[in-house]
Amino acid sequence: MSENHPTNPSTEVGHAHGAGELVHPERFADPGVPAHKHRLTDTDPKAAKRAERIIILLFGISALGTIGTLVAYFAVRPDGTTPGVRTSTILLGIGLAVSLLGIGFAAIHWAKALMSNHEYIDERHPIESSPEVREVAVVALQQGVEDSGIARRGVLKGAMVGALALFPLTVAVPLISSVGGDWNVSKFRHTLWKKGVRLATDPEGRPLKAADLTVGSVAHIIPDVPASFRQSEEWISEKAKAIVLLVRLNPEDIRSEQRKGASYDGIVAYSKVCTHVGCPVALYEQQTHHLLCPCHQSTFDIADGAKVVFGPARRPLPQLPITVDDEGYLVAEDDFSEPVGPSYWERLK
Amino acid sequence: MSTATPAQTKKNAEPTTPAGKAADYLDQRTSIGVAVKEFARKIFPDHWSFMLGEIALFSFVVLLITGVFLALFFQPSMALVTWEGKLPQLHGQLMSAAFASTLDISFSVRGGLLMRQIHHWSALIFMAAIVVHMMRVFFTGAFRKPRELNWLVGATLMILGLAAGFSGYSLPDDVLSGNGLRIADGVVLSIPIIGSYMSYFLFGGEFPGEHIIARLFTVHILLVPGLILALVGLHLFLMVLHKHTQYPGGGRTDKNVVGFPAFPVYVAKMGGNFFFIFGVLALMGATMAINTVWNYGPFDPSPVSAGAQPDWYMLFLEGALRLMPGQAEIVTWGGYTLSLNVLVPAVIVPGILFTFLLAYPFLEAKVTGDHREHHVLDRPRNVPTRTGLGVAFLTAFIILALAGSNDLIATHFHLSINEITWIFRVLIFLGPWFAFWVTKRLCLGLQRKDRELVLHGHESGRIVRFASGEYIEVHTPLDEQERWLRVNYEAHKPLELAPAADSRGVKRKGYSTEKRWHRLSRFFFEDRIEPVTPAELAAAHGAHGHEAIEAQHDEHAALPAGAQRADQER
Repeated sequence: MSENHPTNPSTEVGHAHGAGELVHPERFADPGVPAHKHRLTDTDPKAAKRAERIIILLFGISALGTIGTLVAYFAVRPDGTTPGVRTSTILLGIGLAVSLLGIGFAAIHWAKALMSNHEYIDERHPIESSPEVREVAVVALQQGVEDSGIARRGVLKGAMVGALALFPLTVAVPLISSVGGDWNVSKFRHTLWKKGVRLATDPEGRPLKAADLTVGSVAHIIPDVPASFRQSEEWISEKAKAIVLLVRLNPEDIRSEQRKGASYDGIVAYSKVCTHVGCPVALYEQQTHHLLCPCHQSTFDIADGAKVVFGPARRPLPQLPITVDDEGYLVAEDDFSEPVGPSYWERLK
Repeated sequence: MSTATPAQTKKNAEPTTPAGKAADYLDQRTSIGVAVKEFARKIFPDHWSFMLGEIALFSFVVLLITGVFLALFFQPSMALVTWEGKLPQLHGQLMSAAFASTLDISFSVRGGLLMRQIHHWSALIFMAAIVVHMMRVFFTGAFRKPRELNWLVGATLMILGLAAGFSGYSLPDDVLSGNGLRIADGVVLSIPIIGSYMSYFLFGGEFPGEHIIARLFTVHILLVPGLILALVGLHLFLMVLHKHTQYPGGGRTDKNVVGFPAFPVYVAKMGGNFFFIFGVLALMGATMAINTVWNYGPFDPSPVSAGAQPDWYMLFLEGALRLMPGQAEIVTWGGYTLSLNVLVPAVIVPGILFTFLLAYPFLEAKVTGDHREHHVLDRPRNVPTRTGLGVAFLTAFIILALAGSNDLIATHFHLSINEITWIFRVLIFLGPWFAFWVTKRLCLGLQRKDRELVLHGHESGRIVRFASGEYIEVHTPLDEQERWLRVNYEAHKPLELAPAADSRGVKRKGYSTEKRWHRLSRFFFEDRIEPVTPAELAAAHGAHGHEAIEAQHDEHAALPAGAQRADQER
């Protein structure tokens, strides 16, 4: 490291006046590090004193911020309501911020205004090691290889490589075989829906009669299961596949369906799981009979067999065939005829 | 080594102060003196843009501090509990322990909500700082030899940052993050052959199952931060080993580093910067609500809210998913489904983007044929093709991110979402290409402007009339520092291509590969502006009669520019 001497005369190039003929170098020469500029605090002791006082003040403000935070912590107890928590968060956070920013500004101002700003120059050396070092390193490795005899003992080398390649299986096999549960991916094909399961409202679980729905209205539907099952952890995974959107249209508005007679008196039921990547398709537009997925804007036409009219989905939403039972409740006639939700490799198998 | 030395040292410098005694104690056990000698006065160059990586580093430290706080109260469990807290809309509701503990952190733990909000804001700033830091490194060519490997380490850190962000975002188990996980599941399912098994691997069965939160918790607080810490260590070690790059300027060369000593200047500046960044994040956490999960409610597979957005760093993936038309989903031979409508935007597009980032330093090294070490940074204008490619990359990223907010754009500006989507579908192809072309032209224009300045100086606004009646405008020549900044660069030429056949007419092996590289090299360096040489400057000055005032006529501008063109054609 050497201190920079800006007074060093840099060689004047570009105007190199030879004896008679002008000779110009290929490139300009480096003029060297620019002359050091003094700051006000370097030349004026009063300015330096002022900067010092500002820095002391900033550290002082930081200490006050810390004290303020502690006061806020003990004095303002949040009561678990939104306004209470908001007050406490703002007070604690601003106290913390003052405490931190005070130190930050003080340190940076100290560095910029008071610490020496003389530039220094360090030499760089090539990153690669010197030829001598490399030579010693190569010899060391060769000696090591020689001592181990690995080059001569081929079978031993093979045995070592084989053992090392195999041993990770002892961890990987138990891990992988356990981590995927029962690995029974055919579960994608089945939902809780089957013949005779009543359609219930989500989330109340109240079975629905055809007469409860007026033309143009929409209902979010789950299968009618015991309330205790709806309190269990398995329910969420089952619900994730079984959610259905029920819409009552004018029977003459229905242009097509996926299965003949799948609807009941203008009431159609379609899986609510998007065939793109599985978001719940929940935005229904009454005028156009369009159903929009809010995640990626796939749009399905409910009146036309839930075909895709726009967006990144390819396939229509699977239709749930419905009818009414003896008591007038809406019930499923069958499960979906294909897996609901996103496509996957063996979906059609 | 020799037994005499310690005794001698003791005689020479017996420490008397407490600090001296402590240092002596430590040094006798760790030889820390060597490290202090090496690093205390190590020189680092100064520039505001060298602070961008620091922002990332310090945001990460803040993430660790606030993360420890949160981890002490969070319960990574999907077991169902009834929440007894005070919020009327959620009181008595059934929810996962993860969501309930998130509510408790927010409403019962004092300072808990503040820590949650600081943590979330830090994550957003962390990723933003990484991206901006990478932009600085890219556009200034700081990735060139010997720093290619450190670029790889940095790019890996960015990808790990994405993993950390996504896994953390999902932990509260609210409706929004649950739908995010569901999208992730849909993406995983699209992977050919093993997709459904990968989904089971992640969720321990069907989505959402009972395991994902606990697994993501381990990923989020152990696996990913552990890897990030290790790689940050490596990143900084390599930075110190290589010594920091410096911007071009007088006295700055590839053989030196000009700047200020680590102690005390950077100790104060970096230390101060840490407190400053933590302070700003605290202010954000205190005053700007983020991820108010109690408004979304616990995860339920049925509801979803319109206008939902992922955190900003995931927007480009979301946008890609939204843009891809559904027709791409095909059924292959044997009746297997290939969901290209998901696979392309969610796997292949990011794959291409990340591959470009990782491969770029090696690509550029190949087309320049340059094997030297570079420690002085490039001004972006001096490498027009690189700068153009970088801007094209960013343009693609930004278009995808905007497409990820197409629903918000539609509702805010009362536009048709279908039209916006179509516009973005076209823009994603035209935008980057156009951005490349404009940026490259701008760079070449700026380089010409630099030549102009060096040759003719600054306009002074002073008009002089000669006795002959001739008017000229006096230009002030650049001082040598100003000039050096503008002439001190190297305009790479395309690689030379050796003939297809050797001297005996035998076809050379590998000629066609070489030809492809040559073509790529021409794409990079065909258009270039050479720096002004002393001879050109002298010609611009000297060939004139008005020595007294060093004036330059406009007509001379044409001369070197013409010579330049001839040079390019060669």
